[in-house]
Amino acid sequence: MSVTYIDAILAAQEKLLREDDRVFLYGQDIGVFGGAFKATKGLAAAFPNRVFDSPISEDAMIGLAVGAAIEGLRPIVEMQFADFSSIAFNQIVNQAATHYYRTGVPIPITVRMPSGGTPGSGPFHSQNMEGIYAQYPGLIVLTPATVADAFHMLIDGVALDDPVIYCEHKFLYRWLKAKSINNDHLPIGQARIARPGKHATVVAYSAMVHEAVRAADRLQPDGWEIEVVDLRSVKPLDLDTILASVARTGRLLAVGESFPWGGVTAEVISLVSEHGFHLLDAPPQRLNSRDTPIPYHPKLWASHRPTPESICDALRHLLRF
Amino acid sequence: MRLQPRPASLYAPSVPTLDLPAASEKSVTDRDFLRSAFQSMLLARILENKLSSLYKAGKIVGGVYLGRGQESVSAALGTALIRGTDVFSPLIRDQAGRTAFGESLLDCTRTYLGSVLGPMRGRDGNVHRGRPLEGVPAMISHLGAQIALVAGMLFAKRLKGQLQGVVGATCVGDGATSTGAFHEALNLIGVEKLPLVIVVANNQFAYSTPNNRQFACGDLIERARGYGLGGWSVDGTDLFACASVMREAVRRAREGGGPQMVVAHLLRLVGHGEHDDAFYVPDACRNDHYGRDCIDVAIPQLVANGHVTTDEIHAWQHQFAADVQRAVAQAQQEATPDPYREDWTAISTRFPISQ
Ligand SMILES: Cc1ncc(C[n+]2csc(CCOP(=O)(O)OP(=O)(O)O)c2C)c(N)n1
Ligand SMILES: [Mg+2]
Repeated sequence: MSVTYIDAILAAQEKLLREDDRVFLYGQDIGVFGGAFKATKGLAAAFPNRVFDSPISEDAMIGLAVGAAIEGLRPIVEMQFADFSSIAFNQIVNQAATHYYRTGVPIPITVRMPSGGTPGSGPFHSQNMEGIYAQYPGLIVLTPATVADAFHMLIDGVALDDPVIYCEHKFLYRWLKAKSINNDHLPIGQARIARPGKHATVVAYSAMVHEAVRAADRLQPDGWEIEVVDLRSVKPLDLDTILASVARTGRLLAVGESFPWGGVTAEVISLVSEHGFHLLDAPPQRLNSRDTPIPYHPKLWASHRPTPESICDALRHLLRF
Repeated sequence: MRLQPRPASLYAPSVPTLDLPAASEKSVTDRDFLRSAFQSMLLARILENKLSSLYKAGKIVGGVYLGRGQESVSAALGTALIRGTDVFSPLIRDQAGRTAFGESLLDCTRTYLGSVLGPMRGRDGNVHRGRPLEGVPAMISHLGAQIALVAGMLFAKRLKGQLQGVVGATCVGDGATSTGAFHEALNLIGVEKLPLVIVVANNQFAYSTPNNRQFACGDLIERARGYGLGGWSVDGTDLFACASVMREAVRRAREGGGPQMVVAHLLRLVGHGEHDDAFYVPDACRNDHYGRDCIDVAIPQLVANGHVTTDEIHAWQHQFAADVQRAVAQAQQEATPDPYREDWTAISTRFPISQ
């Protein structure tokens, strides 16, 4: 018996619907069909009048969720793909994100964003939006990398009173498996040491945690012990855990799958440079996707995003200083 | 090979025949409703005149956006709604509707003058105010965005089993009808059959843009049919007509008739904001039927029908002017926000969360 990342997301929603009357699900094709990725499979039947198919209207979907949150409910909205949240951008960053500051009334909505690339998905079904949403005050942005985190962070995210952007990586959906869902887990806002080491720190999140761990494993035979920090939530960002790791290793590489201009990796580098400059023995490095739209063909796609090879290269460069 | 053009008739847009429900013939405009709506109109006008003076005297930071000329539409809607039961998300030109729905003068003056005691505490200003937990969402600027939010409040009430007898309402201008948000939300309320009344005040201009650069359909009421809403067209300068149509539209929504759209025809009698002299509005618009001032239209109608006397109107004018003066004076005396004491947090969760 094993549990995949998407099983965990389904199980978390099932548990939320079962235990909390305030929760309902809203999204395209999530009812009878069970969602484009089957993350809501069977839920419409199990929870009548709690799981709703929406029209293809991302703006109105989030607008509706915000209104429902004002009324005390906890909607979980599924974007069919994170890429389409661009249509909901206004309601997310201007309506939901500003609401608490403006009015004192928090907006506990959770927006599930199937994120990241998979081979053959192309420019409009592969995007990572975490950096864009994290830029706006008023949002919490989660990027679970493990099966257990996919489960617990969804449950903990829905429990928060603030709007949560939950970035679930499509590549991990069925590929990532665990024996079971471990019960003890870190709270939201705390990063995790995914792999301990002492020569360099790789800060990563979501699917890139796994690529970073692979890269670290490859450098092991050469005697390098690479520490991998899994951010878990990119906003808030757990700078303490990052700095503690950099204090141990003296070297930092930040890896993200999203586009290279700005974003989470830039923020990590900037914060460490500002608060931990004295801890660094080498210039901090960052590795992101290429600065082009995400290509369709698997050969192009595979070298658009960071890979264990490119992470190894970046680490070797970093370790030469 | 050249493709043969298809016969032109196939391309010609079909002109929809609108068999939309007409306003109830029977007069639903009882005396109390009209008196109450008119009082809100008058108070809003006096308040807005004061806001304009304050703006021109440099006492208001940021813009001032008035609803002059739109009071009949807005007040008729606000009066048809029930505070404590209904949801009303007012927009830029809805001072009269806000007043009718029970907004205090202080909520307005405190927000315009940046008092920390106001509902927005200096964090947002002017028309961007509300009390969401009392059924009055605080608008964001982005046009069209409030419709889906009101829909969500109604949707939630339905899930909670509390929708019976409840109506949600919000207003937009002619310009906002071109936004994607407007179309998404109208379609959604049609699909969900929510008891939402959407009022379109077609004041002929969106900032400076006239109707013919804004939409190509004959009349915005055609949108109602397209989305499966009840549709109503009304002369927005005529309080009696507005009262009758709003009451009927709200009643239908309240009684399970589904979403309703009211298109009111009128003219914005001020600039877009007080910074704008509206030089682009042609005299022909100002002088035609819809260029009438709805308060000037309402007074003789109300008097002739015996609903109010001119003495009463004078007394109200005096009282409202004094009330407005007091609300302004009080807000002016109150503390404005202190950046050193401001809680600069945009989320309610306090991190770190202990395990
Ligand atoms: C989405 C969006 N685009 C642009 C604006 C800037 N803007 C504010 S009001 C306005 C005109 C609105 O016209 P209309 O909807 O007719 O309302 P009216 O001001 O006439 O009442 C514009 C362009 C905005 N607030 N929102
Ligand atoms: Mg207009």
